[in-house]
Amino acid sequence: MIQIKDLHKSYKMGKNSLHVLKGINFNVEEGELVAIMGSSGSGKSTLLNILGMLDSSDTGEYILDNVPIKNLNETKAARYRNKFLGFVFQSFNLINYKSAAENVALPLYYQKVPRKERQEKALKYLEQVGLKEWASHLPSELSGGQKQRVAIARALAAEPKVLLADEPTGALDSKTSYEVMDLIQKINDQGNTILIVTHEPDIADMCKRIVHLKDGVIIEDKKIEQVRAEQYV
Amino acid sequence: MWILDKDLWSEIFATLGKNLFRTFLTMLGVIIAMIILVLLLGGANGMSNGFQKIFAGTASNSLFIWSQSTSEPYKGFERGRRIQFKLEDATILKEQIEEIEVLAPRIELGSHRGIVTVYRNGLTSGSSVYGDYPNIDDIMKKKLVEGRFLNENDMEDFKKVCVIGEETYKLLFDKGENAIGEDVRINGVFFNIVGIYKPNQNINIDGENSVYIPFSTFQKAFGSGDRMGWMAISVKPDVKVPVVESQIKRLLKNKYDINPIDERAIGSFDLSEVFNNVTSFTTVLQGVSFFVGILTLLAGVIAISNILLITVKERTKEIGIRRALGATPRVVKRQIVLESIVITVFAGFVGFAIAVGFLAIANNMIGENSDMPFYNLMISIPQFIVSFVLMVGLSVLIGLIPANRAIRIKPIDALREE
Repeated sequence: MIQIKDLHKSYKMGKNSLHVLKGINFNVEEGELVAIMGSSGSGKSTLLNILGMLDSSDTGEYILDNVPIKNLNETKAARYRNKFLGFVFQSFNLINYKSAAENVALPLYYQKVPRKERQEKALKYLEQVGLKEWASHLPSELSGGQKQRVAIARALAAEPKVLLADEPTGALDSKTSYEVMDLIQKINDQGNTILIVTHEPDIADMCKRIVHLKDGVIIEDKKIEQVRAEQYV
Repeated sequence: MWILDKDLWSEIFATLGKNLFRTFLTMLGVIIAMIILVLLLGGANGMSNGFQKIFAGTASNSLFIWSQSTSEPYKGFERGRRIQFKLEDATILKEQIEEIEVLAPRIELGSHRGIVTVYRNGLTSGSSVYGDYPNIDDIMKKKLVEGRFLNENDMEDFKKVCVIGEETYKLLFDKGENAIGEDVRINGVFFNIVGIYKPNQNINIDGENSVYIPFSTFQKAFGSGDRMGWMAISVKPDVKVPVVESQIKRLLKNKYDINPIDERAIGSFDLSEVFNNVTSFTTVLQGVSFFVGILTLLAGVIAISNILLITVKERTKEIGIRRALGATPRVVKRQIVLESIVITVFAGFVGFAIAVGFLAIANNMIGENSDMPFYNLMISIPQFIVSFVLMVGLSVLIGLIPANRAIRIKPIDALREE
């Protein structure tokens, strides 16, 4: 699903250049649930941003679902994001004046899906995250866990190839975190490819594979026995 | 067609509606600007209409010619010779100068603007008494309160009839008393009243208190012979009055042996000049109103752009989310430009409605029968269309500033912002 070869990225900070990613190589197969771990400054967020086409690499190859991702302008990047990727953010990033259902339907709007179908799909995915009754509520009326579940529903609504989650449990208490992870695991069970950036080992253990980043290189890449989140819920 | 996209519009209205107070404040500038524009234009138009109403019935392309005394010696005549027009001059002028449309000769009893005593049942009025041709009505329409004006029959039959002014009526009759058919006595001759007219307060050439009798009757009753006092002349459309005026003067000077350089022997008054002055005054006024109004509108639209810029800054994160979810820069840009247009157009309509309300109230207060040079204050449809097209055009141009700002924001930076 994802092939990355020799990915480099550096940021210019005044006269100095900060080399963040120093040659990353890794592949993700369809249906994997991968945790990208590392301390802050290890380059894990940069890697996720490049995977999410929110940022571009300096050198290296990135192939997503057999499509080489290169020479992106903003318009093309927006189209690819819309078509291939679903995002879940640490701070939920819901649009605060839109109801849960409207938030979920937003990526579909940019896909030019007809209104009626959008509403049906939005409700379907809200149901999947267990928030169908909250469809007409504004984000301010939802708890943190509920917000993140709406965000996950929104990421799923566009039926992306890959779900990218940047610290999805970072703003949640551990009980809610496990609920969200339970949901993510169930979505993965249905065959969705998911990448999670996290620095919490217990969250990483709930994935099927852990990629450890340190100082811009992968120091460890192992498949693990998944801990089911259900048991903590 | 994206313009018919219901979702696009609901997106825009949702965004504007989420902060109604801010949207309202944004609109205030344009609302006030539109009110100013419409009131200024309405006022200028009202003034133009008012003058038109005042001049209504008076031929705008007319002039008056009368005789005076020479100021230059010529052909053995000394200066200071009194010139007296004859009725035949009217026929000659009408025949020889084809640009003349209507020529109404007139004679006055006594000296110019002289006062003649008019008697009735022991009451008297000091009036100007004119011998007129009925066609004077084609140049200066008399607003008749009662009865009729002089006609051709009166002329042919030398009828002893007269038309009197309201002022004369007030002096000779009690209030509400019937005057039509009654007789008045002028210089020992009785005249039967056939009409009463109301003088135009704004253009008053004949004086307040006047009595009109048929020219032919005047000749017979007062023995004026073939003498003629002055002429009211209207020229054909598309002919300039001063051109005809000099033609007439040249002809008359030749006939009466007046030195061609003598400027004082023949007096004239060009009414078209007054019209042109008033017309150019109101045109300039309309132009200035439009200019000031459009600049005010520009200021209002710039205010919208400013607020939208702030809004874009505030919405950085929201725009970032939208971009991450697949909104292309074009979609974001379009949304912000459309927000600008929607606010502007809505505010424009609100301002327009308020201003039109004000104008309607003003019209109501001024009323139909005012002598003020204000009538029917309203903006014309072309002015309305031009203002709106300009306003929308400006809002697009100025909406592009915040829109470009919005698409310069990289989604990654926008999302990082907490």
